[in-house]
Amino acid sequence: MTTRPVAFYQVGTFAVGNRLLGAEADTVQADAERTNSITSGHRACQGCGEALGARYVLDAAMRATEGSMVAVNATGCLEVFSTPYPESSWRVPWLHSLFGNAPAVAAGVAAALKVKGRAEVRVVGQAGDGGAVDIGFGCLSGMFERNDDVLFVCYDNQGYMNTGVQRSGATPPAARTATTPVVGDAPGNVFGQGKSAPLIAMAHEIPYVATATVADLRDLEAKVTRAMAMRGARYLHVLVPCPLGWGTAACDTIRVARLATESGFFPVFEAEHGEVVAVSPIRRQVPVVDYLRLQARFAHLFSPTVREDVIAAMQARADRNIRRFGLIGGEQ
Amino acid sequence: MFQIRVHGRGGQGVVTAAELLSVAAFSQGRHAQAFPSFGSERTGAPVVAFCRVDDAPIRLREPILDPDAVIVQDPTLLGQVDVFAGLRPDGYVLVNSTRTWAELGLTDLVRSLPAGHARIVPATALALEHVHRPVPNAALLGGFAALTGQLALAAVEQAIAARFPPRVAAGNVEACRAAFGLVTDQIGALR
Amino acid sequence: MRRQLEGSRAVALTVARCRPEVVCAYPISPQTHIVEALAELVRSGELTPCEYLNVESEFAAMSVAIGASAAGARAYTATASQGLLFMAEALYNASGLGLPIVMTVANRAIGAPINIWNDHSDAMSQRDSGWIQLYAQSNQEAADLHILGFRLAEQLSTPVMVCMDGFVLTHAVEEVELAEPSQVDAYLPPYQPRQVLDPAHPVSIGAMVGPEAFLEVRYLAHRTQLRALEVIPALAAEFGEVFGRPGPSLVSPYRTEDADLVVVALGSVLGTVQDLVDELRADGVRIGALGITAFRPFPVAAVRAALSYGQRLVVLERAFSVGGGGIVTPDVNAAVSGMDCPLTTVVAGLGGRPVTRASLRRLLADLPTDPLVFLDLDEAVVARELARTGGVS
Repeated sequence: MTTRPVAFYQVGTFAVGNRLLGAEADTVQADAERTNSITSGHRACQGCGEALGARYVLDAAMRATEGSMVAVNATGCLEVFSTPYPESSWRVPWLHSLFGNAPAVAAGVAAALKVKGRAEVRVVGQAGDGGAVDIGFGCLSGMFERNDDVLFVCYDNQGYMNTGVQRSGATPPAARTATTPVVGDAPGNVFGQGKSAPLIAMAHEIPYVATATVADLRDLEAKVTRAMAMRGARYLHVLVPCPLGWGTAACDTIRVARLATESGFFPVFEAEHGEVVAVSPIRRQVPVVDYLRLQARFAHLFSPTVREDVIAAMQARADRNIRRFGLIGGEQ
Repeated sequence: MFQIRVHGRGGQGVVTAAELLSVAAFSQGRHAQAFPSFGSERTGAPVVAFCRVDDAPIRLREPILDPDAVIVQDPTLLGQVDVFAGLRPDGYVLVNSTRTWAELGLTDLVRSLPAGHARIVPATALALEHVHRPVPNAALLGGFAALTGQLALAAVEQAIAARFPPRVAAGNVEACRAAFGLVTDQIGALR
Repeated sequence: MRRQLEGSRAVALTVARCRPEVVCAYPISPQTHIVEALAELVRSGELTPCEYLNVESEFAAMSVAIGASAAGARAYTATASQGLLFMAEALYNASGLGLPIVMTVANRAIGAPINIWNDHSDAMSQRDSGWIQLYAQSNQEAADLHILGFRLAEQLSTPVMVCMDGFVLTHAVEEVELAEPSQVDAYLPPYQPRQVLDPAHPVSIGAMVGPEAFLEVRYLAHRTQLRALEVIPALAAEFGEVFGRPGPSLVSPYRTEDADLVVVALGSVLGTVQDLVDELRADGVRIGALGITAFRPFPVAAVRAALSYGQRLVVLERAFSVGGGGIVTPDVNAAVSGMDCPLTTVVAGLGGRPVTRASLRRLLADLPTDPLVFLDLDEAVVARELARTGGVS
């Protein structure tokens, strides 16, 4: 990681503000000349984590590549709310093909640029968790295996949100979705073994894999910048809360994302060629229940009775992440 | 039009044999079409390949149902597959074997054909001798050329030489030539 | 130069001369020899510059082609049967986005039951995908249709499918006049995309179009395809000048002028039909054949012009619509509307069953009155199966 930890507890760490740092440490978002790759006027919900994440990621990529970049987008919320014909909110070259093929389409764009001697133009593929972890999984794996020169970004809001909040392979256990309803003895999503796209990406031994959230702008921008300095297949998995699907307040998107990392439920780390090389340590661990309580998709764990057993199981998941990635105390 | 049907088993170069016939004919300025009939893609399964040769362009696409010549690369097919189905009354037969017609159970067939139209060639033995591999197709092509006169030996040899890797090409050409000589002598002896 | 070679190889060498910049390959019988040959040509440096991607599925193959084409590269792939269906969504996507991808389809049946042999079910199932569909009668035509296909696709910004019968053509060794690279370069200029992904001039490709404009998008695609009916003859004429041999035409009538009966067909079966026509003509039967090369767009005017009032028509179909009937038949019927042509649909050669002169001769000698006939249907097998299942198959 390239960020420098700065402690300013008196004014609150996150209120530091760029005026206290050198210009070189400014975020891309602080730059009035930033690309604004996805500009205003799109139709996303109030508080949409994905719209925020996409702007952060692509603006950082545009700066890292000096404006020389093409975006390939899978079907999903991001594509739908950004390109209602005849309008588009994209200010970068942008291609949408299908739901399941964004990694392959991105590979095709990269191949074309290479054969035309324009390899300085970089390719960013992006999809939601559906387009990356489920229907796009085969193409994603193929792109990894070939080591195509693509940074693929998954905006993970943990469900098929655009079609009405249905369960995906990335939906966490116990979560309410339209296809894992709060009905019967085991309400919400099943307790499966999970499907960690970042770990699967690491198993492909690709040059760079990282996770991030919209709660830590600097970290996200740094990872994008780092990724764009490399060639070959790179994967970035970004947690982006969805107020509608998660049942959170629109103003809580960043707060909820932070609780996901501070509870250990969503581990933030970087890996290269299959080995974890850096983690974002948890500074003050919060119990998973504090994360769950903010989200109506977990409301059934608290009412009519508190489901201690389920909450404990969720905590166990978080604890396992903390152990596995050494998120507290530096153990790995 | 002269139609040739080649029978054998997967791995014996049946498809290549048909292809080489067509290449040889082409090199002599004739029109030719070769194509396989596909069964399962495994070594040892019965395989049939076809070759048509004509002085006019060939448009026909159906399998060869009434061949002018049948080449049998593997005599174990006799009795399992009707390799001679549709053979024309004045047709030619070439069988890869070291046995006699009687031992093969084909005396009636041979008798029904014009004299000299049916020949046995020990193609596998020739292949082992010249190529050190039991792939009989090149030798059978030499035998075919001598038997039917449809193709010049030189054209067949040229096709073989162009098709095989250098290390086995020469041996295959020798096997072809040997079979050609063998059949020529046999036919000469008949007259 | 005239060469005796396998159809797949002739196509691969010809495609290579068309200078594709991105080739994506996923293997499926009977297309494998094409993509294998192209891999060799790229590796050996004979085809350069070209990026050759081995992809993880046919869906990926068409998707890579989509990305490559949208980024301005000439893109090519090949498939058959199940593979074509697996990329069906991407086919519609490519045509909807106006990408001039060229693809070889080595026509093969579709399972279940799994069947690797030749018929037209695959391409016919994608009839409505917005792709131009051209059917080759011979390996010469297959090769030439690719050259014309790239030119056509790029001129109209519409993808083109060149159909050649699997095994029957792909694996047949016959003579082909291979185009010289200089000739192809003279005929086929570099790809100039109508729109392209370029940081210098950003565009958004693939927007969501609602009810207010979707119909117009489809209508315009239809009109573009219909323009191909003029463009193909023009390109074919130019082909003749550059290559010194006739280019492919929309339809190929054979001895139809004074025919009482005309057999209409697509693909390599026409060779067999033409031989039969000559045999029957020698017996005094006034019969002809009409080959259709462009199936989409369907050359209504050309078909109509090739046929005569009152002619008996036999449409020989290498696929059919289960529960309905022929697929080419309705288009032919539309073409001859008002011409009083009695028409019989003959479904033949499904799953690779050979279509022989003998069978056709028997059929034509005693043409049933049924409008839909299945050539060489084994009645004994059918009866046995119906008896076994109590009359319900």
